[in-house]
Amino acid sequence: MNRRTPATLAVGALALTLAACSSGSTSDPSDTGGASPAAQDVTITYTGFIANGGNEDNLAQIVQAFEAANPGVTVKVTTMAYADYGTALQTDLAAGTASDVFDVEYANYGAYQAEGVLAPIDGVDTSVYTPSLLDAYQTDGTQYALPSSFSDVVLFYNKDLFDAAGLSYPDSSWTWADEQAAAKKLTDTAAGVWGDYQPISYYEFYKALAQNGVPFLSDDGKSVAFDTPAGVEAAQWLIGKSGTTMPTAEQGAGTPDFDTTLFTSGKLAMWHTGIWMFGKAADAGLNWDIAVEPGNTTQASAMFSNALGVSATSKHVKEATAFAAFLSGSQEAAKVRLDAGWELPPISDQSVLSSYLDKGEPANRQAVFDSLDHVALPPTIGEKQNQMVDIVNNQLTEAAAGRMTAAQAVSEAAKQINALLAG
Amino acid sequence: MTAPAVSRRPTRGATRTGGRSRSAARRRTGWWALAFLLPSALPLAAFVIVPMLGAGWISLHEWNLIGSMHWVGLGNYAALLRDPATLAAFGHTLGYLAGYLPLVYGGGLGLALALNTALHGRALLRGVYFLPVVTSWIVVALVWRWLLNPSVGIVNWTLAQLGVQGPGWWTDPAWSMASVVLASAWKDLGFVMVILLAGLQAIPTEVLEAARVDGAGWWRRLWSVVLPLLSPSTFFVVVISLINGFQVFDQVYAMTAGGPNGSSEVVVLRIQQLAFRYGEAGSASALSWLLFAVILAITLVQIRGQRRWVTYA
Repeated sequence: MNRRTPATLAVGALALTLAACSSGSTSDPSDTGGASPAAQDVTITYTGFIANGGNEDNLAQIVQAFEAANPGVTVKVTTMAYADYGTALQTDLAAGTASDVFDVEYANYGAYQAEGVLAPIDGVDTSVYTPSLLDAYQTDGTQYALPSSFSDVVLFYNKDLFDAAGLSYPDSSWTWADEQAAAKKLTDTAAGVWGDYQPISYYEFYKALAQNGVPFLSDDGKSVAFDTPAGVEAAQWLIGKSGTTMPTAEQGAGTPDFDTTLFTSGKLAMWHTGIWMFGKAADAGLNWDIAVEPGNTTQASAMFSNALGVSATSKHVKEATAFAAFLSGSQEAAKVRLDAGWELPPISDQSVLSSYLDKGEPANRQAVFDSLDHVALPPTIGEKQNQMVDIVNNQLTEAAAGRMTAAQAVSEAAKQINALLAG
Repeated sequence: MTAPAVSRRPTRGATRTGGRSRSAARRRTGWWALAFLLPSALPLAAFVIVPMLGAGWISLHEWNLIGSMHWVGLGNYAALLRDPATLAAFGHTLGYLAGYLPLVYGGGLGLALALNTALHGRALLRGVYFLPVVTSWIVVALVWRWLLNPSVGIVNWTLAQLGVQGPGWWTDPAWSMASVVLASAWKDLGFVMVILLAGLQAIPTEVLEAARVDGAGWWRRLWSVVLPLLSPSTFFVVVISLINGFQVFDQVYAMTAGGPNGSSEVVVLRIQQLAFRYGEAGSASALSWLLFAVILAITLVQIRGQRRWVTYA
């Protein structure tokens, strides 16, 4: 064996490491229709996560309508899972291979705008949008993204399971105690039926804090404010479900689609999830409905908003902007969203929106709008957001597994996040 | 085709004049060598050397991949050395190696010894054991996640039949690394087996015959004849396994994603998280170089140390 081999291999192997780190992009190279520059045909690319996991056909319908209305413009769509999207987008932006149009989460809008990767939006009729949603994507009076949808999280429930247990259905008067009492009666581990499912994560924790009247961050934003008995109570509310009324991580909780499968197979009585799951739940042929999520001292619901940005490096800003406007604000897009029970369109036309209430299952669609009366927005701390999210997730997971108490998890998370905020 | 040309020209030159043309000839030979090297030198430069140097440059900056870069000198290295997460990542990687190396070498040696005998259908068996080596890590990781599923996995089911309560495997911080080690050793077993099998077959039968005539038993022959003569293959396996082991990533990413609670976060996963989850490309590049330095140092030590125990027949 050549004596030089190991060292060379070490170099090569490290390069593989680096290569592995830089190959995260999954989007298609942006094909800008260079083959026939003389023709008017233009191909624009769009990458997003909002259609992933069940709404791909609905997105295709909107894209087809856009292409029909804009002859010569073709849209190449890439959808990817939410979990992979942020990383892929960041890599594409760094490599200069971002799509012409891409999804922007509200939580990340500020960072992307500040980095200059979003082209200013020009020539779009913004009067069709709900002003508050539109304003969220403005910086210094300039529009940098168009709101594409908004959604909230409600309590899904299986009516048949409630009927079988002789319990009354959840309603907006319910509190944590009501939910817990019902969940205990509905859980039948022998039959594989669980009473409740709520992810034990950052996104549920800040909301549970709000439902217990506890702010996540202090007023000045320089430290956390949840390291209190009421904060521990909120953590206990989440982790106490694991293994009693809800499956543990060892039983599968937290793995992708586990909760969806559980609910759609009729083995889950109550499910905390977003309204983007209406389509899947309706397809399952269940007898189900929704209610505003119960709070403890007060009601609070999670609200999410997404937007469409046009890449600052796009070679077809005009066409890309037209597509972003169509996908977000057109009547056609709104109709598809409402018919499919996807996320809500950001349009200001109340007559169109109100038709949402009569689109069939779930019957109590009013709860979707009632939830917006008490919104808990995710706390944001800028650059170190993902570290903060990971800290909360890690500590809550440990507590849910019984390896620490809720109080220990809360105080450990507080300690680590405070160090993050100070650093 | 080209080799005769190389050797003919210098001969002709040498008859004409003395030393000057010899160096010219050597230069010509050098060009020829370079030409032969190009097919591998070009990709190596483009995809290894240049990215490495690029990573070195990035490691001296604070950079979130999208915005502008800010020069911080060696600040990223200093911060990494102070960060307990760096130490934890190296600790987890060493823990992985401590479990993986003995398993994969012991298992690979056992298989090689077994399949070096006149076993019926050994060609098929060799193929079967090599199959996992050429299988995608993502597939293997998903399969092992199922096998090691704490509630419905076949491993814990089997343990339960034997009256043993199986652990939480990848859902338990105490067992997450063990899960990764098991899957990795299983996958790489075939590779080690093939290398050691080749080594075994290179051992002259006369030596083994002589040992047998001298009255050495199976163990004696293994310990005093086979293992020393197998040491070059062992050396190769250990060096390669260490280099690959320090860069363990795919299986961790797919099986545990570094969890639960960071209990299986190895160095390369930390690099990936820093660059693509936390937007710290500078720190990630610096950690890449630290890892490179560690692997290089350990490999050099091994090359030095081989004189003591590696026997080239």
